[in-house]
Amino acid sequence: MITIAGAGLAGLACALELARRGAQVRVHEQGHTPGDSSVARYAGGMLAPWCERESAEEEVITLGAQAADWWAEVTPVTRRGTLVVTPPRDRAALQSFARRTRGFCSVDRAEIGRLEPALAGRFAQGLFFEQEAHLDPRSALRDLTAKVQELGGEIIYGAPAPARVTLNCTGMASPVKGLRPVRGEMAVLHCPDVQITRTLRLLHPRMPLYLVPRGDGVYMIGGTMIESSSTRPPTVRSLTEMLSAAFTLHPGFAEASVLETGAGLRPAFADNLPRLIRQDGTLYLNGLYRHGFLLAPALAAQAADLLIPEKNHEPDRQRATA
Amino acid sequence: MLIYGSEIHSRLLLGTAQYPSPAILSEAIRASGCEIITVSLRRETADGSGAGFWELLRDTGTRILPNTAGCHSVQEAVTTAQMAREVFGTNWIKLEVIGHSDTLQPNVFGLVEAARILCADGFQVFPYTTDDLVVGEKLIEAGCDLLMPWGAPIGSGQGLRNPDALRAMRAHFPDVPLIVDAGIGRPSDAAQAMELGMDAVLLNTAIAQAGDPIGMARAMALAIQAGQAGFVADPMERRDMAVPSTPILGLAELA
Repeated sequence: MITIAGAGLAGLACALELARRGAQVRVHEQGHTPGDSSVARYAGGMLAPWCERESAEEEVITLGAQAADWWAEVTPVTRRGTLVVTPPRDRAALQSFARRTRGFCSVDRAEIGRLEPALAGRFAQGLFFEQEAHLDPRSALRDLTAKVQELGGEIIYGAPAPARVTLNCTGMASPVKGLRPVRGEMAVLHCPDVQITRTLRLLHPRMPLYLVPRGDGVYMIGGTMIESSSTRPPTVRSLTEMLSAAFTLHPGFAEASVLETGAGLRPAFADNLPRLIRQDGTLYLNGLYRHGFLLAPALAAQAADLLIPEKNHEPDRQRATA
Repeated sequence: MLIYGSEIHSRLLLGTAQYPSPAILSEAIRASGCEIITVSLRRETADGSGAGFWELLRDTGTRILPNTAGCHSVQEAVTTAQMAREVFGTNWIKLEVIGHSDTLQPNVFGLVEAARILCADGFQVFPYTTDDLVVGEKLIEAGCDLLMPWGAPIGSGQGLRNPDALRAMRAHFPDVPLIVDAGIGRPSDAAQAMELGMDAVLLNTAIAQAGDPIGMARAMALAIQAGQAGFVADPMERRDMAVPSTPILGLAELA
């Protein structure tokens, strides 16, 4: 039996990967529903390794390129790519974004209008990352839970994990050294008047923004990264900047209703890359930073590679101690 | 270079925002050889504590100069400075009182007022100011030992927009440490500031947002050393006319 602490994104992805390989898994979750206490609830759900490469290490591509395929077996994945645009004044930002990324084609005003009719005439230049995708984080967490249970995985809610587990995936609550919280803020808008079908990124020196369509006129926006462990709700400053950036994308967002705002703490190591750490007989998966949905599949596979051979040796050990 | 009684060897001061990761930031600090880094204390970080990030900064072994970035009023700046003193255990404060949110130009009236309050409270103030001479005098009157004139608006990377004003500042304040803060985009900008006789350069975005921040940190450090050495070596004056650099004496007579 493999025991996992934390039924957040990392814990559930590992549970699925282990269950698929025939392991018996039990996940312990303090909250009462799937992903209850998981920061992934506030994620954008972007599977956008080529865009992320702008400020992240090459590993986001090597580990994240297959993520959309992995998720497509679990939950609906929208494969419509990412469109990156910038206000005319900051066109230089688009050029440097292009220099630091790959896997895109440059699009002009007409092509932007063809891709997203709602943006027709609004932006003269953009970058289109066709291979990128997105998903809905909360549905994904639910679907992931269901898949784990289908394969016989057990999830125990509402109680702390036992003192000793095989795999610890408890994010900021984990005792792993070198972790720091990076706060992110988001808002969910309802705006049936604006129809956007793929993830948009607005490059802006002061308020970079991403907007992810959730369907039925619902959009998630986010983009802040603050070195802080504060869990209070988003500040007026952050919200003002995010909402005015949304307005820059399309003035129709002025009429949107704000359905929800939220903030979460993303666990990160100094290089902003995730790690698997063995410590006192427990394996820790942590540091997914802002790349949870993107990197969880690859890290879950790595965790399973480490744990399954150990499990195969278990009968030997039992014999030895018997 | 003597800064509030401390001997500082590196003439590069580094801001710590906007790097791709803290690991790259640490490497950039090391590559630049800087001894002083600035850290902005947002209300958010104070509220929840940015302890994880600060620990990483402390590990770099540099001196921390907290700043009041983003403060728009005297009261806000003073409160932030007091919080910073508690959090970082230092009397140093880089004082910013922003007057205009588009240009991030300092509000020099608020700046002088806040400097007066903080100096009286025992702070050692590093004021982010314009290149105005009278404002500089008022800041020194208020108790500041040094001045940090802007080169160009924060984060603009435009280089020194008014080198003549900085030259005038150098002449007007011969014994006051002058640190160009904001506006540096390229190594040549930093070298130019040092050639004008500035004592040091503070920059952030030019390194943090470079494609290779660590390489740019190294380049900036070299440029600052070159500019400083050039200033000390007393450069020749500019002339309108060409002057042959080969001597006439001994020229062959070809007749």
